[in-house]
Amino acid sequence: MTRSRDDGMFRFTTAAFAAVVLLIVIAIGVELWRQSFLSIEKFGLHFWTGTIWNPVSGQFGALPFIWGTLYSSILALIIATPISLGIAVFISELSPQMLRQPLTYLTELLAAIPSIVYGLWGIFVLTPIVRKLELAVPDPLKKLPLFSGPPLGVGMGTAALILAIMVVPFTSSVAREILKNVPMAQREAAYALGSTRWEAIKVALGYGKSGIIGAVMLGFGRALGETMAVTMVIGNNPQVSASLFAPQYTMAAVIANEFTEAADELYLHALIEIGLLLFIITIAVNALSRLFIWSMQKRTGRTVILRPAAIEEVAA
Amino acid sequence: MKIRKISIAAVAAATALSIAACQKAETPSGTTAATSAPVRLQGAGSTFDTPLFSKVFDAYQKIGGAEVNYQSIGSGGGVQQLTAGVVDFGASDFPLNDEQTRTAEAAGGPVVHVPVTMGAVSVGYNLPVDGLKLDGETLSDIYLGKITKWNAPKIAALNPGVKLPDTAVAVVHRAEGSGTTFIFTSYLAAVSPEWKSKVGAAGSVQWPTGVGAKGSEGVSGQVMNTPGGIGYFEMSYADQNHIKSALLKNASGKFVAPSVKGAADAGAGAAANMPADLKAIFVNAPGDTSYPISGFSWIVVFKDQKDATKGKALIDLLKYVVTDGQQFAEPLEYAPLPKPVQDLDLKAISTMTIAGQPPK
Repeated sequence: MTRSRDDGMFRFTTAAFAAVVLLIVIAIGVELWRQSFLSIEKFGLHFWTGTIWNPVSGQFGALPFIWGTLYSSILALIIATPISLGIAVFISELSPQMLRQPLTYLTELLAAIPSIVYGLWGIFVLTPIVRKLELAVPDPLKKLPLFSGPPLGVGMGTAALILAIMVVPFTSSVAREILKNVPMAQREAAYALGSTRWEAIKVALGYGKSGIIGAVMLGFGRALGETMAVTMVIGNNPQVSASLFAPQYTMAAVIANEFTEAADELYLHALIEIGLLLFIITIAVNALSRLFIWSMQKRTGRTVILRPAAIEEVAA
Repeated sequence: MKIRKISIAAVAAATALSIAACQKAETPSGTTAATSAPVRLQGAGSTFDTPLFSKVFDAYQKIGGAEVNYQSIGSGGGVQQLTAGVVDFGASDFPLNDEQTRTAEAAGGPVVHVPVTMGAVSVGYNLPVDGLKLDGETLSDIYLGKITKWNAPKIAALNPGVKLPDTAVAVVHRAEGSGTTFIFTSYLAAVSPEWKSKVGAAGSVQWPTGVGAKGSEGVSGQVMNTPGGIGYFEMSYADQNHIKSALLKNASGKFVAPSVKGAADAGAGAAANMPADLKAIFVNAPGDTSYPISGFSWIVVFKDQKDATKGKALIDLLKYVVTDGQQFAEPLEYAPLPKPVQDLDLKAISTMTIAGQPPK
């Protein structure tokens, strides 16, 4: 009797805690909505597609920021994913035992560096290097939209590089955990069939595929929200451009930069609406990756080694 | 798993820190009520003013004045906090606009603007050329993106005999809203009709060209790093980082380098025809020695103070800041207020009331 009551209490308490998380998310959404209604009312859906951001005339459109956020994060993902997987495979499969701990420690150390330090390093070390690289781009290539514009050093390319460096420790440590959790029997079975080492690793990677995609998406989420380091090197110019050389802007950066001095109501509401968009986009990205993982599980008919919740646990 | 442990430790540490911080922050307001404790005033706003305020408020407390807790959260934030009644005074690098005035007046009645210091904005550049001369029109053409090479005819005409390189102009501006940007764009709007109609003057604007960098340290860093770079920042950043500053043509046709004296001279000229509300923008000020990109920074307070003790303390503080407090300005590279402006300030402060009554 008492036992079942205790169980009930326990269940109730933990459920209440779980509900708090949900409540916080809802509260954030509602508050963002409430604080941005002036801008929502005035611009409606045009806010998503407008390209002009003019605080003086009170015209606000978020497209350049949405573009800058997604473009920089995707570029960072393209750079960071192979590197992260390489690190994860090396540490969990190939590295000599004595190197394993130090390497793990070093990649995790990258995650502990404050983003302002990345930003300063970006301004004083990375930017001059990128400018030299930009100057070295041969003329015919400069005609491509990807490389057009003056070589400023700061811009989309530099931001993507910084982001990639910041994302690597996250993606690689989750991917490493996943590879570590692939049952030894999988590899042994592969070897028994006469596989080479590379083929055995391919089997392990295939087994952990959905978890690894989770790891990559986690890195993407991290890149979407990164503010300080990006704003210091991206050039902060709201424009939609495919060029790696062009100064651009991200959503998190414009909020951080302009919030303190936003004097009039509409301006403030527009900035908070950017926050709302970022919130929506982040949720959408998360939901999509979940759906992707689930559909993959269904197709392969196999439970994932690490459930999504466990992935976040490792990375948090 | 390891990361998880670390992160738990980090969260615990952060929580402990923030609790400690809250406690620290809460004690002052707790003691304000006690009559025996010294009066404590809260202020917030301009980051530009912060170094000066730290010094002046510290000195004021040492001579027995009220204790002032100032938070440099940015001019716009300072005005909002004043309106919300969170702080006793706000500090802003630009006067309240119509909308801010309306909201503030609805919250606590009319406000008083008290100019407390002045600053000059340098136009720094990165070229192997000393003493580059620019005028308002050329500078605005550069920031409009119409001049893209350093050896453009307009720049060459201002710098006869100087060998200008064929380098591309790399325009740098502040990414975030700032008082510095307000003064700079006010100047461009004052000297260029095209700038005024296309861009305007504000703390943040839609820049026609260039790279946005965070903070004055970001702009100066970017200019230092980029051959052909040009940017604007408070004068002290140019000195600290050994960045060359352009000589600007002032309203009297003289080329002047940014200096404390140049800003003070510009301010003195402005005092002569100061509007009654002291919301003077004196960019492109007359006078042979006036530096054209100079401006005031203001403390903004409600004209009528509700709390007798705090109101009295605030009035005393303001009087100190605009008179004796000015001695700290020059060593910190602010321009001290000229005597005529100090007098106008005192006059404005004397209009303040406590619960509708003039202070005793």
